[in-house]
Amino acid sequence: MITLAEGLRLPTNGLDYTILALYFIVVLGIGFAAKRSVRTSLDFFLSGRSLPAWVTGLAFVAANLGATEILGMAANGAQYGAYTVHWYWIGAIPAMVFLGLVMMPFYYGSKVRSVPEFLLHRFGPSSHLLSSIIFAVSSVLIAGVNLYAMAIVLQALLGWPQWVAIVVAGFFVLAYITIGGLTSAIYNEVLQFFVILAALIPLTVVGLKRVGGWDGLTHSLNSSHGDAFLTAWKGTGIGEGNPLGANWLTIVLGLGFVMSFGYWTTNFAEVQRALSAKNLSAAKRTPLIAAFPKIFIPMVVVVPGLIALVMEPTLGKSKDGLQYNDAIPVLMRDLLPNGVLGIAVTGLLAAFMAGMAANVSSFNTVFTNDIWAAYLKKGREDAYYLKTGRVVTAVGVLIGMGTAFIASSFSNIMNYLQTLFSFFNVPLFVVFIIGMFWKRTSAAAGFWGLLSGTAAAMVNYFWFYKQGIIAIPSDQGANFVSSIVAFVVGALVMVVVTLVTKPRPAESLAGLVYGTRSPGMEELPAEGDDAWYRKPALLGWGAVVLAAVCYIPFSF
Amino acid sequence: MSDHQHEVEELERESATAARLFDVRLIIGGLFVVYGVIVTIAGLTAGDADLKKAQDININLWTGLGMLALGLFFLVWLKLRPAVPPTAAELAAAAENEPAKG
Repeated sequence: MITLAEGLRLPTNGLDYTILALYFIVVLGIGFAAKRSVRTSLDFFLSGRSLPAWVTGLAFVAANLGATEILGMAANGAQYGAYTVHWYWIGAIPAMVFLGLVMMPFYYGSKVRSVPEFLLHRFGPSSHLLSSIIFAVSSVLIAGVNLYAMAIVLQALLGWPQWVAIVVAGFFVLAYITIGGLTSAIYNEVLQFFVILAALIPLTVVGLKRVGGWDGLTHSLNSSHGDAFLTAWKGTGIGEGNPLGANWLTIVLGLGFVMSFGYWTTNFAEVQRALSAKNLSAAKRTPLIAAFPKIFIPMVVVVPGLIALVMEPTLGKSKDGLQYNDAIPVLMRDLLPNGVLGIAVTGLLAAFMAGMAANVSSFNTVFTNDIWAAYLKKGREDAYYLKTGRVVTAVGVLIGMGTAFIASSFSNIMNYLQTLFSFFNVPLFVVFIIGMFWKRTSAAAGFWGLLSGTAAAMVNYFWFYKQGIIAIPSDQGANFVSSIVAFVVGALVMVVVTLVTKPRPAESLAGLVYGTRSPGMEELPAEGDDAWYRKPALLGWGAVVLAAVCYIPFSF
Repeated sequence: MSDHQHEVEELERESATAARLFDVRLIIGGLFVVYGVIVTIAGLTAGDADLKKAQDININLWTGLGMLALGLFFLVWLKLRPAVPPTAAELAAAAENEPAKG
């Protein structure tokens, strides 16, 4: 949960508000302009599977570049130093490349409309319903938590009362998604991506000049925080100490493999962007195109966190003073003149709304297709489901707004809930990966794998770690360990259950398991897709190599 | 081929997105040109306090020019490589080729 200190009010003026107002008008305009392209439910939920790869790719990275991510990663930068790059280079990149190169042919080729729907075809209704319900509930609650975080930030920065921020932002998200569907959400994400960069780049440039460039920054932090603070790996040997509270094994396995693969490859709010691409090649390239901006985002997010630490050495030191989360707002207040300040406020607000929109647009798809149409009202005509989708969007946003109001009085419970739901992605990933590569995996194994993995992560976190039965130095470290536990337990249960139950008939698995193909998957590449710079393998391995190279300056 | 795949293919044929959706490059280009002009003007008229705050960099001017350039890039790209919606003939041909896979 983001909280900001008092006294962060930004010196905004009419110019800044003009820039913000223009943005709101454009957001609504996109919604109305996208409306005429919505004829079927597929248009509404997946943009008719027809968008170009660069659009879905930028939306893919922007859907993750919410304001909580921006403020949070800058905060991590100030708190943990250069160790924060692990979330990007070993965390995100390999998982995104794996999604594009290995998993996308199954997702896109099998023509499923959501991640839970894949479970329906691979494992059957029990795991489908379980994951659909958990996803739907968690998306709405997370949308509400986002909305509440935004209300706190706007109250601190602009002086808006919390309820005004909740109602205004909720209304705009409701309007543009109900009207224009996923296309609206994706177009706004692409726009937000550029606005947020236009805010963060000037902030970083001015900030670096303020602290004497990169050399000045390194010099200041080395003398105040020691030599290890600006390295990625120092002190990560097993048994050694470092700010992150994790060793190389939990970083590589917990964060790099299990947690990140769980998040990036099975979180429908992300995968949905790729499913809306116009063909298989574009779908594969969606996360790969997203990987390149992702590699460089720490330069404009983590670096400002470090700059803030030099400018305000008391950051995060006392409960009443400035907190780590204040890093970027402090720089905005102290360094940006009106004009660019308006862009920065707009970018932050856009990032909040886009983060919420990503949750809402994936929620309406899963609720309508995977719960309503699959179990409650089957076999109606398409127009009925399109209308349901719009109603569900509105209801989802309203519940989110309600959650935000509740969160303002019970913010600790919300923190708890968020941690709880974060434990669901890893078992989901176990079920996917085993189900995709082991043909024999049975329907029951999918369900029990999901359930036992989730339960194991919770037991480890809330019982072993919180009760102090095993000693882990930090919450982050405990998260990494819980993920590994969830993965191992989920996998073991799946293997055991599979061995004692009957496998699914082979003909029902075409296109869902490695080594099989969906009928109709043999589509020829579209014209121009054979250009060398559009080869998925080259893009994917290029991103992995680039991320590895980025580690070099932080490794010695 | 299973039922849901037929259903999705049917919906893809009826989908209007490819044919009727506007190009996002127009929106990005338009908004960034407007923002670029506004922020550049703020840079040209920047007072001493603004300059001092931004460490003697005229950050409004540079950001404004950068945004203007990005906006123009998108508009020029759109002009040079407009998206071509599939023609009616192409769609019909695609529909004809479909049933063979069922």
